[in-house]
Amino acid sequence: MKAHGLLIAFAATLLLLTPQAQAQDKSIVVASTTSTQDSGLFGHILPMFKAKTGIDVKVISQGTGQAIDTGRRGDADVVFVHAKAQEEKFVAEGFGVRRFDVMYNDFILIGPKSDPAGVKGGKDIVTALKAIEAKASPFVSRGDKSGTHAAELALWKVASIDPAGTKPSWYREIGQGMGAALNTASAMGAYVLSDRGTWLAFKTRDALEISIEGDKRLFNQYGIILVNPEKHAHAKKELGQAFIDWVISKEGQAAIASHTINGEQLFFPNAGGATN
Amino acid sequence: MLDSVASVRDFAFAARETSALPIRFEAVTFAAGPTRILHGVDVTLVPGSPTVLMGPNGCGKTTLLKLAMGLLTQIGGAITFAGGPAPAGSRAIVFQKPIMLRRTAAANVAYALRAAGKPADEANVRRLLDLAQIAPLAARPARRLSGGEQQRLALARALACEPQVLLLDEPTSSLDPASTKLVEDIIAQVSASGIKVVMATHDIGQARRLAGDVVFLAKGRLIEHAAADRFFNDPVSEEARSFLAGNLVI
Amino acid sequence: MDGATAFDLILSGDRTLFAIVRLSLTVTVLATLLAAVVAMPLGAAVALTRFPFRNVVIVVLNGLMGLPPVVVGLMVFLMLSRSGPLGEMGILFTPTAMTIAQAILVAPIIAALTRQLIEDLWTEYRDELTAMEVGPIGRVQTLLWDARFSLVTILLAGFGRAAAEVGTVMIVGGNIDGFTRVMTTTIALETSKGNLPLAIGLGIVLIALILAVNALAWSVREWAERHAG
Repeated sequence: MKAHGLLIAFAATLLLLTPQAQAQDKSIVVASTTSTQDSGLFGHILPMFKAKTGIDVKVISQGTGQAIDTGRRGDADVVFVHAKAQEEKFVAEGFGVRRFDVMYNDFILIGPKSDPAGVKGGKDIVTALKAIEAKASPFVSRGDKSGTHAAELALWKVASIDPAGTKPSWYREIGQGMGAALNTASAMGAYVLSDRGTWLAFKTRDALEISIEGDKRLFNQYGIILVNPEKHAHAKKELGQAFIDWVISKEGQAAIASHTINGEQLFFPNAGGATN
Repeated sequence: MLDSVASVRDFAFAARETSALPIRFEAVTFAAGPTRILHGVDVTLVPGSPTVLMGPNGCGKTTLLKLAMGLLTQIGGAITFAGGPAPAGSRAIVFQKPIMLRRTAAANVAYALRAAGKPADEANVRRLLDLAQIAPLAARPARRLSGGEQQRLALARALACEPQVLLLDEPTSSLDPASTKLVEDIIAQVSASGIKVVMATHDIGQARRLAGDVVFLAKGRLIEHAAADRFFNDPVSEEARSFLAGNLVI
Repeated sequence: MDGATAFDLILSGDRTLFAIVRLSLTVTVLATLLAAVVAMPLGAAVALTRFPFRNVVIVVLNGLMGLPPVVVGLMVFLMLSRSGPLGEMGILFTPTAMTIAQAILVAPIIAALTRQLIEDLWTEYRDELTAMEVGPIGRVQTLLWDARFSLVTILLAGFGRAAAEVGTVMIVGGNIDGFTRVMTTTIALETSKGNLPLAIGLGIVLIALILAVNALAWSVREWAERHAG
């Protein structure tokens, strides 16, 4: 029966090797979006926060809809997303304490260099979407209830087109994150709406480039909300609030502003206090 | 050799009553599904020299041994040992194709000792391995032994429970003459020590060398049961005469 | 890890990479052992006992080998979520949750394969063990012990399934950097970031790791079988 002893010893060794993170209870869970994660923002600012406060921030990166749902279930302490209407509903239902503006960047329309819909260089996103529909050029939609997906649907609505309802063959919902959507668009030679941060951090652009940028309707606001301890008693109120306070503080805002890729700033801090 | 015989006597014969003998088969019938394998076999096996079961393939030799071991249950008739059920640990069997536990030779013997409730100490294991003349192979994985070595290990294992009756099913059917000789020697010693050997074989020469009495079966029926001399020199039945003459008996 | 290939990271002894590899191994090995503790006796019990609807149980057990990781992940997620029945434990998005989910994923594989293995071995041993008058508990012990080398192969099958799997650990672990991020979720993340060279590099590291574990187990088995089996 020596083999049994060996197995037990092996398991015990592995247990000892397990990261000690579990032992530290000075940690919070933040449900955030794929754009903040994939663009490397958290990798840039969290070490600064940890150095100052000693608090570990564990980031779950999901689509905005899913991230808000994670907060609603009580599986996160803080929600950090970008879909203002959904965020305000979250707070109104009592799941969140208060919503604070944090920063913004903008959405951009990405398309193939060949520009089959002939929209490149325009300033009007709505005109561009109409052209894509008219030419039936391939368009990749996140289709995952994320903030970017919500923004895209809102723009189609302004253009009085309902591809998500009519489901034309050129409109392809993939139900995945921003990076996956860019990969897919690249492979299919399709247009896709992206946040600027993910685009800048994205590595395999291949035949893709920015088709439309600068339309004020492409503004992308991020907000941060503490999960309400009245709904979920275990939510870490103090630590979560400490993170929110830091993010909207001068120091946190400067940290956000200092995150660049190839010299280009990804997010523009605009904290101005609570919005409700 | 003398040592080995003595050692068998030590633990197998020592002042024990043969409470499992005689073995009486009364109108024993057995069937596997719709196929009848034994038809009302009546035979009594008494203490003494080995009883050899003979007969053409499919005559029911293996079935008779498994019934005697309690591995099968007859559908009709009765099998009694000294008038009752077999005492626990009074029987042991070695199969035609030995089943080797996936352990060393020594561990196989130790296992059988433990199963029989005997002390599985090194001396006991060693004695059985010596008896089967495989002591040098004690540390070898049992399944890597040759056919003859495996058969002898199976014998050592069967003897671990100090049986009164040792049932052997064609123990040398796939062995070369040298290995057969070793196995037969061990059987002779075991029998000489007072253990009742009941053995199936289709090897007429082997039967002549070992048998005290012969039970001859054909097509699931008992044809003859006679002392070995009588059986080999003056068989009564047509089937036995034909079988001993080397004809194909089906 | 931006701008570096997986091989640069290995060569430079990147601590983040090693932490990820270590967590992957820890979660997967513990999940496999946890599953084995429950599933092996269960498989052996099904192999050696006769009860009504036994065939149904065997079919279900074999069918569960194809349990979709995402479904397992979702079920465990719903159980462990703060809003779920076991939410009190507060272990969602931890390595513990990942280990539990993977154990659930792997248990049917180990149980079904063990059932088959033990049943086959029992067919071989039945007459001998019955002749030696070995009782039911002794039978199970003997069969499990004598099947030990094949059971290692079954463990490896479970390990391979767990190590290669991304669906459950992504859902119940949350792919938290430095805490629940394992090799497969890192590969998924790097792929979504379009960082394909790093993703494929990590994939190669993962494959090498699985091969190494298998090679190790195989040599141990070979050695042990030659000396003891």
